Amino acid sequence: MDELCTGLCQLLVESGADAGLAHFLSLLVGVLLVSGIPLVTVIVLIWVERKVAARIQDRIGPNRVGPVGLLQTIADMIKLLSKEDITPTAADRVLYNAAPLVSFASVVLIWAVIPFTPFHFGVDLEIGALFFVAVASFGTLAIMVAGWASNNKYALLGAFRVVSLLVSYEVPLVFALLAPVLLAGSMSLLDIVNAQTGMWFVVLSPLAFVIFYVSSQAETGRAPFDLIEAESELVAGFNIEYSGMKFGMFFAAEFLHVFTNGILMALLFFGGWMGPLYYESPLIAFAWLGAKGGLIYFTTLWLRNTVPRLRIDQIMAFNWKFLVPLSIANLVFISLALKVMQELGVSPRNLAEAGFVELLPTTVVLLVINGAMTVYLLGLLRKRGQEARRESMAARAALAQAVAD
Amino acid sequence: MNVLNEWAFIGVFAVMAPVFPALPIVIAWLFRPRKPNVLKSSTYECGVETIGDTWVQFRVQYYIYGLIFLVFDVEMVFLFPWAVAYNEMSLFGFVAGFLFIFLLTDALFYAWKKNALDWK
Repeated sequence: MDELCTGLCQLLVESGADAGLAHFLSLLVGVLLVSGIPLVTVIVLIWVERKVAARIQDRIGPNRVGPVGLLQTIADMIKLLSKEDITPTAADRVLYNAAPLVSFASVVLIWAVIPFTPFHFGVDLEIGALFFVAVASFGTLAIMVAGWASNNKYALLGAFRVVSLLVSYEVPLVFALLAPVLLAGSMSLLDIVNAQTGMWFVVLSPLAFVIFYVSSQAETGRAPFDLIEAESELVAGFNIEYSGMKFGMFFAAEFLHVFTNGILMALLFFGGWMGPLYYESPLIAFAWLGAKGGLIYFTTLWLRNTVPRLRIDQIMAFNWKFLVPLSIANLVFISLALKVMQELGVSPRNLAEAGFVELLPTTVVLLVINGAMTVYLLGLLRKRGQEARRESMAARAALAQAVAD
Repeated sequence: MNVLNEWAFIGVFAVMAPVFPALPIVIAWLFRPRKPNVLKSSTYECGVETIGDTWVQFRVQYYIYGLIFLVFDVEMVFLFPWAVAYNEMSLFGFVAGFLFIFLLTDALFYAWKKNALDWK
C-alpha cells in the first residue's frame, strides 16, 4: 500500500487519515479533476457548435443570453431541468433510464487516458489506444439499448440503422489507429505523442489520418453520415421517446464525442502538445493541444454543415468496399515499406526515438507511397463515378424510349 | 504510478462516469412537474397510433453486417500487439502478421463476392 500512496494520499495519511480511505480519496480527487475538463468544455462546445452552424448558414446564432450568447447553454440547461420527463408506459423502464447514462459515461471515460500535457494526465495506460476503442463502443450499445427500450418502431428502426453504421465504421477506424501504434511501437497515448518529436505522424501516414477522420465523423453520427437523426425519414431516430434532461444527455454526449475525437486526432497524428515553447510551461503545452484539437473540431463542424446526407446503402458501400480495403492496404504498405527500409538501413530501428534528420528518408518514401495510393484511388473513384453516371444515363434514355413508344 | 494504481483510477473513473449524467437527471427529478396521463405516456405520443408489436423481425442485412463486423473486430484486436512489437520483430513474426492480414482480407473479398456487402 505504501508505494502506491504518493502525493495527496501521503499528505492525508500524515495528517492521520486511514490509509485505505486516503488512497480512495486521492483517486477520487484525481478523477474529478480529469473529468472536470470535458464536463466544463461541453457547456462551451454546445455554444460553439450553434455559433459555427449559424455563421455557415448566414445567421447570427444565440446572442441574447450573456455576452455574445455565451450563457445560452446555461439557460437551456435550466429549461431542460424544469421540463416534464415522459416515460412511455410501454417502455422497458430500467434500460430506458440506463441508456442516456451509458451514452454520456462512455464519452467521459475516454478522457481517463487522454494526456493533457507531458506531466498532467489521469493515467497513462499501456493499452491506452485499445482502451479508447473499447470504451467508445459502449456508445453504440447505449444507442441500441435506447432504441430497443423505447418500444417505438421509429426508435428501433433508427437504432438498427445507427448501430450497423457505427459498427461498420469502427473497422477502418481501428485499422487507421494501428498506424500510429505501429510507428510509435506503443499503445500508450503519452508514448505516441512523445514518439512524434522527430516527425508528426500525419506526415508519415496522411492516409491513416484521413481514414481516421472520415470514420470518426461517422462514429459521431455527423453529416454526411448523420443517419442518427435523419429527421425526414425517422422523425428523430433512436431518441424519439426521450424528453427533458435524458434527451439532453444524449445530445451532450454527441457534442462531447466530436470534440474528444478532435483532441484524439491531435494526439495521434498532430503531435499533441508539440509546438514552439511547449516545454517552457505545461500551460503552453495544454494550449497547443487545445488549439490543434479545436482546429480539427472546427473542420468537422464545417464539414457537418456543408455536405448533404448520404443514403444508407451508399454509406455502407463506401465503408465496406472502399474504406475498409483502403485501411488494410494502407497498413500493409506502411509496414512493408518500413520493414524493407529498416533491413536496408535507410530507416532507424527505433522510430519512436529517431530525430527529424534520421527520419527524413523514411518520411520521403512513405509520403511517395501515400501519394501514389491517393492518385490511384482518386482515379479509381473517377472511373467508378463515370460508370455509374453512364449507367444512370442509359437507364434514363431507355425509360424515355419506353415512354415515347 | 504502477499498474494496480492505474487500474484503480480507471475503476473509480468508471464508477463516477455514469454519476455525472445521473446528477442533472436526479436534480431535474426534484424540480420537474409530474402530470402523466394515459395519452401522454402512450408510445409515439402525438403521432399515429402504432399497430402490433414493436419488436418485429428486422431486415437481415443488419445482421449480416453485424456478423462481418464481429469477425473483423475480434481479429483486429490481435493486430495491436503485432503493431506494438513491430520494431523489435523478427522476420518470421512480421510475415506471420502479414499472413493474418491476408486471411482477413480474404474473408472480406469472400463476403464481397457473395454479395453480403450489398444493401438489399
